[in-house]
Amino acid sequence: MSTILVFLAGLAVIITWWMAQQRLSSKPWLEANGIHDIPVLTRSAVATEKIGLGVFLAIVGALFTLFISAYFMRMGLQDWWAIPLPRILWLNTGMLVIGSAALHWAKMEVVRNNGNALKLALVTALAATTGFLIGQLFAWKELVTAGYVIADNPANSFFYLITGMHGLHILGGLFVLSRTTSRVWEGAALAKVRLSTELCTIYWHFMLVVWLVLFALFAGWANDFVAICRQVLN
Amino acid sequence: MANIPAGIDDTVPLAEVADVELYHPKSWWTTYVFSQDAKVIAIQYSLTAISIGFVALVLSWLMRIQLAFPGALSFIDAEHYYQFITMHGMIMVIYLLTALFLGGFGNYLIPLMLGARDMVFPYANMLSYWLYLLAVLVLVAGFFVPGGPTGAGWTLYPPQSILSGTPGGKDWGIILMLTSLILFIIGFTMGGLNYVVTVLQGRTRGMTLMRMPLTIWGIFTATVMALLAFPALFVASVMMLFDRVLGTSFFMPTIVEMGEHLKNGGGSPILFQHLFWFFGHPEVYIVALPAFGIVSDLISTHARKNIFGYRMMVWAIVGIGALSFVVWAHHMYVSGMNPKFGFFFATTTLIIAVPTAIKVYNWVLTLWRGDIHLTLPMLFALGFMVTFVNGGLTGLFLGNVVVDVPLAKTLFVVAHFHMVMGVAPIMVVFGAICHWYPKVTGRMLDETLGRVHFFVTFVGAYAIFFPMHYLGLLGVPRRYSELGDTAFIPPSVQALNEFITIMALIVGAAQILFLFNLAWSLRRGKEAGGNPWRATTLEWQTPQTPPAHGNWGKELPVVYRWAYDYSVPGAAQDFIPQNQPNGDRISREPAS
Repeated sequence: MSTILVFLAGLAVIITWWMAQQRLSSKPWLEANGIHDIPVLTRSAVATEKIGLGVFLAIVGALFTLFISAYFMRMGLQDWWAIPLPRILWLNTGMLVIGSAALHWAKMEVVRNNGNALKLALVTALAATTGFLIGQLFAWKELVTAGYVIADNPANSFFYLITGMHGLHILGGLFVLSRTTSRVWEGAALAKVRLSTELCTIYWHFMLVVWLVLFALFAGWANDFVAICRQVLN
Repeated sequence: MANIPAGIDDTVPLAEVADVELYHPKSWWTTYVFSQDAKVIAIQYSLTAISIGFVALVLSWLMRIQLAFPGALSFIDAEHYYQFITMHGMIMVIYLLTALFLGGFGNYLIPLMLGARDMVFPYANMLSYWLYLLAVLVLVAGFFVPGGPTGAGWTLYPPQSILSGTPGGKDWGIILMLTSLILFIIGFTMGGLNYVVTVLQGRTRGMTLMRMPLTIWGIFTATVMALLAFPALFVASVMMLFDRVLGTSFFMPTIVEMGEHLKNGGGSPILFQHLFWFFGHPEVYIVALPAFGIVSDLISTHARKNIFGYRMMVWAIVGIGALSFVVWAHHMYVSGMNPKFGFFFATTTLIIAVPTAIKVYNWVLTLWRGDIHLTLPMLFALGFMVTFVNGGLTGLFLGNVVVDVPLAKTLFVVAHFHMVMGVAPIMVVFGAICHWYPKVTGRMLDETLGRVHFFVTFVGAYAIFFPMHYLGLLGVPRRYSELGDTAFIPPSVQALNEFITIMALIVGAAQILFLFNLAWSLRRGKEAGGNPWRATTLEWQTPQTPPAHGNWGKELPVVYRWAYDYSVPGAAQDFIPQNQPNGDRISREPAS
């Protein structure tokens, strides 16, 4: 459970930083505004949707961190043996990186008001990310063919469970991205799709980072690090 | 504070507020059924939660009858008793209290108290309710499938919860329960995102964080906690569903069932307990913090006095929220954990008493020399304070490892958490309904009926749960459907059990009175007007009562002061609404 506590501590730092700017030590009972001073506007200049996405990503982060916490705790028990990593995962990782990069490009093009390049970038992102999902299915198939079925070993179970959960999140992102793309295709003004392109970009970068962490986890690169942490804690 | 200088002209400069686009429904269906208006969603949430709460109330009757008069109802056997326990606990904690405080009061009050027209993501808000309803239906479906609902206890501890010895373990019961929880969490996340972002972005001009009513602070902090804690339950539910349906071994150790080796092996039930309580303890405060916030506003309004120590109250709410994430293992003292961890968690548990006690002192000091009106909301608020202190004190006993170990499996625990987490929040629920019913419907509840309901409920609840502490100290175990002949249990236990049961039946029946009052007053109640309690907060300053779609007229209200300007010296009235600037001599009567 220490993994989730570290995550929450990080979140607590962000929340504390935010609260520090909110004048929580003010004395509201002494500070009524008179008729002539117009009270301040309290909302942030950042788009509401972007703040909403930020909060949502914090929840998604907590979700995956909890899966990882459970993974580490279960890993310490006797009957665990690591799963061989299908090589196609490298290809999938590459696809997701391309998807993320393409969206970053799209974000720049939408600012430059370049419609054609934006279309190309969005379609590339859609194609690459769909490729990632199909690749993940192939990875599952490869494992099942090699005999690593879900109930055999907790490492297998976790692999299917966590990659499946990540895939579902990507699928949700694809749904939103395809809506944005079709709006661009139908000729919506670029100013109107700017926000949703930016939101997709943030989401994709976040899911890429999640995937890289998960990949490191499945490949066992994190094991040494965890072993060190365990020793420090004990 | 509010000095009122003479000779100020009445022209108020226009303070323009950036307005938001508002969704306008076009048909009856989108106005009342698939509504995106937070007020309609709030009522849908509340009615669903109260309905399912009544199912849980009937279950508690059945359990009490079985305990006092074993065999009186022939259809209750041990298995049914476990199913009733499980469903009663799960419904009351999650589907009633969480949904009612956040989905019900949160939806109604956040936009209105902050001066917003609606939640920021109304569509997701609507989906949130329909997923919640679906979750409730899936839960109730458990009663109608072969094998009945799960009887694993509301904590659903594996391995027993998915084995054949537990009702519903190898049937549909546990599957439906886990599915329902997963749906609830997805739905709640959609709603919770709305509550948090609306507080961040939906506040009107002048509504700084430190001018928000404590109700909003409570709901806001509780929602942030819930958004971070519910994923733990989600993870635990999904993993258990895998164990049950796909035969994985996340939680399932090597086990022999009916002389047969199961395929599972090597899993860790303790892992489930960690995940469950990582959600489960914050859950206590997810219910308590909105109650704290609401009760602060009720006390201040009905004692005509500003809340004592507003800043402390805010900090205490935030502090309790943060601390509640590092106490979860105090539910696991008897799980064989390292004693050093036990010491750590006992310490954090007892530290929570500090901010909590600050809140209680501040409520008492708010009442001190106040102009206390013993209205229905005030009665319930007082009932809450007393009950919460009672329940909190026994919490100090149970927070200590050495005291907890002998008491953990007795009725003492049942009495403790029913006081602190059952009776106390439900007092606030009643108080809040009595307080805001005039705004929601435009009519007052009947005072006499309300008083009868209050006294029967309050006195009755003590008659139920005070003796239960004593039973616990005698060592009477919880979770037993029948005591039988047990050497250390004297015959007086049986007599006390019968007394408790009769009281439970009476208190339960009194709730029908409350429902009747709600329904009767809807048409026959006294006209309430816009601001019957003469309260300062924005929801009482709406141009229409009940508030129309969009809440405010053409212009959003502008906030000039904090939410607690009651009995300000020199002011014309004993309250100054939040949207009234300093030096404005003409208090604006809201049109009703």
